[in-house]
Amino acid sequence: MSGAIITAESEAVAQAPVPRPRKAYGARTSLSLFNWIVLGLGGIFFFVPLLVTALFSLWEGGNTYGWSAYDKMLHTPGFWDSLFLSLRLAAETIILSFILMVPAMIFVHLKAPKLKPLFEFISNLPFVIPAIALIDGLTTLYTGPTWLISTPNYLVIPYFFLALPYAYRSLDVGLSTLDVRTLTEACQSLGAGWGQIIFLVLLPNLRTALVGAVMLILTTVIGEFTFASVLLFHTFAVFINDTGQNEITEASALTIFAFLLVWLFMLGVILTGRKGAATVGGAH
Amino acid sequence: MDSTAHIAMSGVTLTGIRKTYGVRTVLQQINMELAQGELVCLLGPSGCGKTTLLRILAGFEVPDSGQVMLNGQDVTHLPPNKRRMGMVFQAYSLFPNMTALQNVRFGPRVRGLGDAKAQAVEAERLLAMVGLAAHVNKFPHQLSGGQQQRVALARALAVKPDILLLDEPLSALDAKVRTQLRSEIRRIQQETGITTVFVTHDQEEALSISDRVAVMSEGHVLQMAPPHEIYGAPADGFVARFIGAGGVLPGRAEAQGVRMGTVFLPAHAATRFAAGTEVDLFLRPEHVTLTGADLAIPVGAVSAVVQEMTFFGSLTRIKLGLAQGSEGEFWADSPSDLAGRFTIGMPVWASWSPASPRVLAR
Repeated sequence: MSGAIITAESEAVAQAPVPRPRKAYGARTSLSLFNWIVLGLGGIFFFVPLLVTALFSLWEGGNTYGWSAYDKMLHTPGFWDSLFLSLRLAAETIILSFILMVPAMIFVHLKAPKLKPLFEFISNLPFVIPAIALIDGLTTLYTGPTWLISTPNYLVIPYFFLALPYAYRSLDVGLSTLDVRTLTEACQSLGAGWGQIIFLVLLPNLRTALVGAVMLILTTVIGEFTFASVLLFHTFAVFINDTGQNEITEASALTIFAFLLVWLFMLGVILTGRKGAATVGGAH
Repeated sequence: MDSTAHIAMSGVTLTGIRKTYGVRTVLQQINMELAQGELVCLLGPSGCGKTTLLRILAGFEVPDSGQVMLNGQDVTHLPPNKRRMGMVFQAYSLFPNMTALQNVRFGPRVRGLGDAKAQAVEAERLLAMVGLAAHVNKFPHQLSGGQQQRVALARALAVKPDILLLDEPLSALDAKVRTQLRSEIRRIQQETGITTVFVTHDQEEALSISDRVAVMSEGHVLQMAPPHEIYGAPADGFVARFIGAGGVLPGRAEAQGVRMGTVFLPAHAATRFAAGTEVDLFLRPEHVTLTGADLAIPVGAVSAVVQEMTFFGSLTRIKLGLAQGSEGEFWADSPSDLAGRFTIGMPVWASWSPASPRVLAR
C-alpha cells in the first residue's frame, strides 16, 4: 500500500472558510425587561422559602443565631447511618437501573423502534400508581432470600420503579441524539463485538445522559420517604421526618443540608455534561 | 476484463441472492462476480435494492436465499464483525468521543492487530494518505463533512479489509468536494488494490470511477459492464434512459433503419430485427448534428424543430421534435459558441451516422 499524499486543505477551506463561534440553539444576546421581571419573580418564589428556612435553621431562640442546629444534626445518632444507607441504596438502584435499562433501550432503538411507545407507557406507570399501592403489590408479589426481603436492599426494587420515568427520559434523550444504528454498524464492520460496541462507543457517547440519569436517581432515592417509612427502614428522608417531629430547627438544617447535597450533585451533572458532551455532525 | 477472467480471479461471488421484506421483494436472483482489485458501482434509482445488496455483502442483512462467497469462503451467515470488510457509510459515522487517530485505530484495536504503537503509526500513515496528517488529534465535530468521510475511509482501510464497501459516501457533500473526493477514492483504491463496491445513484460518479457498473432496477441487475459499454451499448431501454441523456423514438424496424410514421430514421442496428417489429431507436445527443433548414439536406437527415435550449457551459443541449407530426423527442449537443444560430421554434435538419443509434426491442 503506497502512501501517496493528497491534500484536504483546499476542501477544508472550501467547506469551512471562516470558523465562527456558534451560539447555542435559542441563545439570545440580551434579555428584555419583561424577561428580567419573570426571572426575578421566579427567583423570589424559589429562593425566599429557602432563605427563610436557612435563617430558621440558624435560630437558637430569642435574637440568637448560630450553627448549633447543624452541629447537633451532625452528632445526632442515626444521621450518618441514614445518609450512608440512602447513598448505598441510590448506588444499588443506579446499578440495577443501568443493568436493566441500558441494554434494553439500546435494543429498542436498534432493533425494535416500534416498541418505544410501549416502553414510554411502562416508564410512566410509576407516575400514576400511588406509592402505597405499589408497596402493597410489591410485598404481595416479591418473596425471596432474607438478605433481600428483610433488609433495606428490598427498597431497591420500588426505587427502581420510582426512578424509572426519569432514568428512561434521560437515556432516551441521549440515545436519540446519537445515530445508534450507524455507529453500531460502523463498529461491527470494524470487527467489534457487542461488549466493545457498548463499552467503547455507545456508553462514552451517552456520558451526559448517564450522568443525568445517575443524578436523577440519586436525588429521587435520597428524597424518597413513603416506601421507606411504610416498610420501616430508616433512610435519610425518614430521619429528616423523625427529627422534624421534635427538633424543628434541626429539621430545617437537615432540609438545607439535603438541598445543598442535591445541588452539589446537579453541579456534577452540569460540569460533567460540559466536559463530555458528544457533538454529532461536522464543522460546516 | 472478460467474464472468464472475472471468475478466475474472483474475490466476491454472489449467487441467487433474494431478499424480501414482508410482501415486498427487494432483490430477485442477483448473481454477480467481482474480481480481485476491481471497483464495481451499484447504480440505480432509489429503492432499486442496491443498498440492500451492499448490506448483505457487509453482513447486516441475511438473504432469504442465495450465497455470498468471499475468497472462496461462504460468508452468507457470518456476522459482520467476523467478515474482513471495511465500510464507509452515507451518514457521518465517526465515533464522536474519539479523535481522528483513535477512530482509525479502533478497528485494529478491537481486532488485536499489532500493538498500540504499531496501530498508532499505521493510523497516522493512513490519515496522511487521505490528506489529514494535520488533523489527527481533532474530534469529528472539529472536521468538515469531507474530512470526516476521509477519516471514515482511512478507518475502513485500517482493518486491511478483503473488500471495501462504500454506501453513497459522497452524497452528503457539496458538488466540488464530491468530485474531488471521488477521484481520491479511486486513486487510493487503485493504490491499495482492494476490491471495492460503491453504491451510488449518481451516474456521473459511477461512470467516472468504476471498472464495471451494475445498473439495478426493481431488485434486478439489468446490466453489469464497463462504463463505456454501459453508456455506448445499453442492454435495454431502462439502462439507455437511466444512463446519460438520449432520445427514444418508437417505430417499426425496416432494412437499415426505423420507420416512424412517414419519417425514416437511419440505423444499421435495425437489421437485427425482423421488418415490422416494434422497436425503440435510442439516440445520444452527441451523435446528432444540426444544420439550418435553409441549407442543403444532409444525407439521411430528418426535419425537426428546436423546442428547447439548455446552456451547460461549453455546450448547449437542444431539444428537438420531429417536424412531420410524429411523436418522440430527442436532443442534440452543440458547442455553445455555435448554438447561437439556433432559436426556439426554428426548423432544422437533424442527421446522424447510421452506425450511432441503438435499436432496442420494445
